[in-house]
Amino acid sequence: MGKETMNVELAVVGGGPAGLAVAAKAASYGVQVTVFDENERPGGQLFKQIHKFFGSKEHQAGIRGHDIGYSLLSQCEEFGVKTMLNTVVWGIEKNMLGIQNNGRTYTIKTKKTIIATGASENPLCFPGWTLSGVMGAGAAQTMMNVHRVQPGQKALMVGSGNVGLIVSYQLLLAGIKVAAIVEALPKIGGYMVHAAKIRRTGVPILTSATICEARGENEVEEAVIASIDEKGNVMEGTQRVLPVDLICIAVGLRPLAELCWMAGCKFMFLPVLGDHVPIHDENMRSTVKDIYVAGDVAGIEEASTAMEEGRLAGIAVAEELGYLGSEEADEKKNLARKRLESLRLGPFGDTRAEAKRKLTESEVNR
Amino acid sequence: MKDRLKSTPGAWVISREILEASPGYPSKEELKRKPVIVIECPEEIPCDPCETICPRGAIVVGEPITNLPRIDQDKCNACGLCIPICPGLAIFLVDNTYSEKEATVSFPYEYYPLPKEGDEVNAVNREGEIACKAKVLKVRDPKSHDHTSVITIVIPKEYSNQVRGIELQQKVDKNE
Repeated sequence: MGKETMNVELAVVGGGPAGLAVAAKAASYGVQVTVFDENERPGGQLFKQIHKFFGSKEHQAGIRGHDIGYSLLSQCEEFGVKTMLNTVVWGIEKNMLGIQNNGRTYTIKTKKTIIATGASENPLCFPGWTLSGVMGAGAAQTMMNVHRVQPGQKALMVGSGNVGLIVSYQLLLAGIKVAAIVEALPKIGGYMVHAAKIRRTGVPILTSATICEARGENEVEEAVIASIDEKGNVMEGTQRVLPVDLICIAVGLRPLAELCWMAGCKFMFLPVLGDHVPIHDENMRSTVKDIYVAGDVAGIEEASTAMEEGRLAGIAVAEELGYLGSEEADEKKNLARKRLESLRLGPFGDTRAEAKRKLTESEVNR
Repeated sequence: MKDRLKSTPGAWVISREILEASPGYPSKEELKRKPVIVIECPEEIPCDPCETICPRGAIVVGEPITNLPRIDQDKCNACGLCIPICPGLAIFLVDNTYSEKEATVSFPYEYYPLPKEGDEVNAVNREGEIACKAKVLKVRDPKSHDHTSVITIVIPKEYSNQVRGIELQQKVDKNE
């Protein structure tokens, strides 16, 4: 079994919004970038985000996620970013990556590595949760918006954060009925405007409510839902049976940080950012030399912040590698930080901003 | 008979009071006098395409970007460019001057099939309940809207403050 070695100046692990933004940015200053992604197409979650993005003009607000994805891809192409798809990065140690592509193993020597591996959906366990038809809201979104397959005919959405609300809306757009959205907390988690557009179609949003059971022979045929008290206990007599063939779970995401753990990065436990998050400084640099993080792996937010973190990391890496003077780099990094800051304002962002400050101000960065 | 599932009261609802108190909502007098843009955006979220697209500077978000959009109804000529650009689909145009007894409501709509001009449809309120019958006056779906159509319907005037859409044109089972 021959082991081949390749040299890469900047390796980006993960070709989602953060990874592509890093790649396009760093390559635009002349860095030789290779993006590794285990999927057959690049873009991560961007190509299933068919809604118009929030934010300002500089965040590409009002443009649909997949169109932002196409423009990132064309920037990557323009600046000569190499992509290795269907490629799993299975190991990392200092400036070395172990990858597998098409059954072959390679060793990649890098000067800098960016880990932009994103997040995975949290599961929810209840009787019947392994039945066919119970899936993450993200999986339903992939089926509808990428593969153009209806994941069911009638759905129950569990969770009312922005993912739950947006995917419910997209289920309706795909011609799938939504029987209800249930939320364990007394209030919805996502934006009111997202809830409002779903409510205009009459879909009920039930708060202080949960799923008790999925029933069916081989696949979901029914969902049992019920009200819960403040302690989360099901209130007897409130159970309802909904005839659905699809149950979507949208109860949060957590960073896919295995490579960061493997590399020896230091972590901080920050529930508001999804779980244990790799500590990074203001340049998105982790606690391990030459390893940077960007996007959801560095704390669960959304695609706009992921792209801005990616740009910030891309500038920082270009500077470190000598492609950008420190004065010019500082100016550009500050602009990126300002754009990030603006996305973390308001009641939905300030707890994230606070958690991010804890990361960047952590002593272990010094 | 099965009772229908109802939303938990207060769970999501943008109450009329909250909306009418927000700076994007026109006054009663303005609603009577002329076609007006109605912005139903009562939460401080980082978003400002409505400000960017307005050619007359009538909508202001400013800094910080989480400010609620304010609208200067004297500068606004109700061109409606802000309706399809709003990522929250939260902007409407209400014209109570359409005729003596009728008003029009224009709203963003991304479902297919689209209704056709002249169709008789059911108009719905913010809760998705059928409020009244409506006639589709205009369906605008130019490329620049990027698949967010703007539909204008004619309804009896007394419903103009509550109608914000139409029943989906796809077949929906109403028994649940």
